[in-house]
Amino acid sequence: MEVHSGIEPMIHLTLFLLFGGICVAGAVNLLAQRHPINSALSLVVVMGSLAGEYLLLGAEFVAAIQVIIYAGAIMVLFVFVIMLLNAGEEERTGGSRVALLFGVPGMLIGTVLMAWVLLERSGTQAVSMGALPGPPKTIGWLLFHDFLLPFEVTSVLVLIAIMGAVVLASHPESVQQRNKER
Amino acid sequence: MNEVAGLQAVPQAIEYIRILPEIVLSIFGMVIMVLDPLLDERRSQRLLGAIALTGSLAAIGATLYQSQYPGLGFWNMVQVDPFSVFFHFLVTTVTAVVILTSYEYMQTQQIRAGEYYGLILFGAVGMCLMSSAVELVLIFIALEISSISTYILAGFRRRAAISSEASVKYFLLGSFATAFFLYGVALMFGATGSTNIAVIREKLSAGPIPLLAYTGVAFMFVGLGFKVAAAPFHIWTPDVYEGAPAPVVGFMSTAPKAAVFAVLLRIIFEARVPDVSWLIWIAAALSMTLGNIGALVQENIKRLLAYSSIAHAGYLLMAYAALPNNGIPAAMFYTASYAAMNVGAFAVVSHFAGAGERYVNLHDYEGLGQRSPVLAAALTVFLLSLIGIPITGGFFAKFYVFSAAVQNNLMGLVIIGVLNSAIGAYYYLRIIVAMYMREAREEIAVSPVSLGLGAALAVSLIITLYLGVLPGQVLKYASQSATSLVR
Repeated sequence: MEVHSGIEPMIHLTLFLLFGGICVAGAVNLLAQRHPINSALSLVVVMGSLAGEYLLLGAEFVAAIQVIIYAGAIMVLFVFVIMLLNAGEEERTGGSRVALLFGVPGMLIGTVLMAWVLLERSGTQAVSMGALPGPPKTIGWLLFHDFLLPFEVTSVLVLIAIMGAVVLASHPESVQQRNKER
Repeated sequence: MNEVAGLQAVPQAIEYIRILPEIVLSIFGMVIMVLDPLLDERRSQRLLGAIALTGSLAAIGATLYQSQYPGLGFWNMVQVDPFSVFFHFLVTTVTAVVILTSYEYMQTQQIRAGEYYGLILFGAVGMCLMSSAVELVLIFIALEISSISTYILAGFRRRAAISSEASVKYFLLGSFATAFFLYGVALMFGATGSTNIAVIREKLSAGPIPLLAYTGVAFMFVGLGFKVAAAPFHIWTPDVYEGAPAPVVGFMSTAPKAAVFAVLLRIIFEARVPDVSWLIWIAAALSMTLGNIGALVQENIKRLLAYSSIAHAGYLLMAYAALPNNGIPAAMFYTASYAAMNVGAFAVVSHFAGAGERYVNLHDYEGLGQRSPVLAAALTVFLLSLIGIPITGGFFAKFYVFSAAVQNNLMGLVIIGVLNSAIGAYYYLRIIVAMYMREAREEIAVSPVSLGLGAALAVSLIITLYLGVLPGQVLKYASQSATSLVR
């Protein structure tokens, strides 16, 4: 991030605006879509482009976490819930044909490009984990030192959320019934 | 990185004292959670209530102990000063009184006791932390703890659809409002490079104020304004108060609000954020007017008190538009006396409502003066205090707020406030008239006042009257806290 050789800030800004644009477009699409699955997939786009923004800001650990937890784990949960709640009939639309038409070649080109970069260009100026200004070490230090109290207090937050789920999901008559059984 | 500069790697013993009330409340909350499934369902209600009460009383004790050790703790996260002690005391006392009120309510409504008391104690942890936190990140987490516990508590009358409606409404709108607050925090971080209130003050007083800081404060105000039910963010209030269990309404209309007002005081006066008094001016004027006019047409007493709480948020916000030296003590005094009278009023409402909260309409209160003179008299005192009649806490609360506004030349706001107080008198007096001057249309049996409820009413009455007769001591303490806040 320290290099200022003229074109570098330009590329940086372009990438920043690109990811930002994708993020906003994804968010708008999330609201515009009627089917929940489409909305959920737009959310993946939002999360993914946010990860790109974090990377550009030099927070590579947060970017990785963003992809693993938000774009990965949480989105899977979302999709599962949508599947369980309204498992409707799957339908083929114009959109799915377009996706097939462009998606497969796009994926192939992407894979080839990535393989080429990794095989041919590796070694030159590769960024290793921790070289950017947001390494896990700093985050760990902040989390378990400066922000220890908020970190610990979050456990109370999670605890009451669990209690709330228990209360609101339990059957309203259970108290009376159990009283009668005794 | 500051491993080298870091003076100590672990918190010292004194720092644990600075979060002692929170620790005590959490431990008692966990004890309740563990004991709940082990106990017999019928007996557990009483025992768990007693444990919760002990917990809140222990937290009051911890607050008194803590007040001897002022200072910062946990790397500038929390600050114990007279200001935080005042609000700790307020929140824990309200918690204790609400637990006393809930004692018999749980029996009549057949509510699961374990989670109920646990959530009240954990919610109090969040509210206490909000008043002592000097870091916006911690304030946010504490705000979430207090909010989420009240969302759930609002839905505790599981057999009533209206209660679930209240819970869902409160949750959806509340999370939206919290997002506003968080966005404001992020913008403030962008403007100053820190989320610590002391650092923010340094940065903002050092140079020209960036536009981002204005936006940040405005967003934070939206989030906090929702939590205190200030107009124009008040729409949720009547529906939620109507659906939630009555003792819970007594709790959530006082303790979380007091904590949010404490946060607002810290953000506006301690962080010296850019001047947003015109914003507060508008919110205060709107809250007073909409709250009082809305209350005029209510027949349900819980809805009526909901509109009244919107109006009172308006009176209180008036102090925030005033200068710090007068505004802070006035706001603190108002919070305390409002807590006392409102918790008391809801204690009466929750006793009188009966099983399933059937009797919550104004016409049910007709003839209450003959049937239950004690309850009627207590409710009358609380209502008179809500109007602002002398020798009750409500009088001095309004007096100090109005005079703080006058000293800052907010004549327009004061005139709106006084006019609104006159409107407010009408609907409070309507209840008193119904209780004493009307004959009961149907015979509603009023169950005798239990020991717990009696104690709750006594505490609220004593504090309401004490603040109305001898306000000097509390006001002096509040003024001292103000100087520690402004420095």
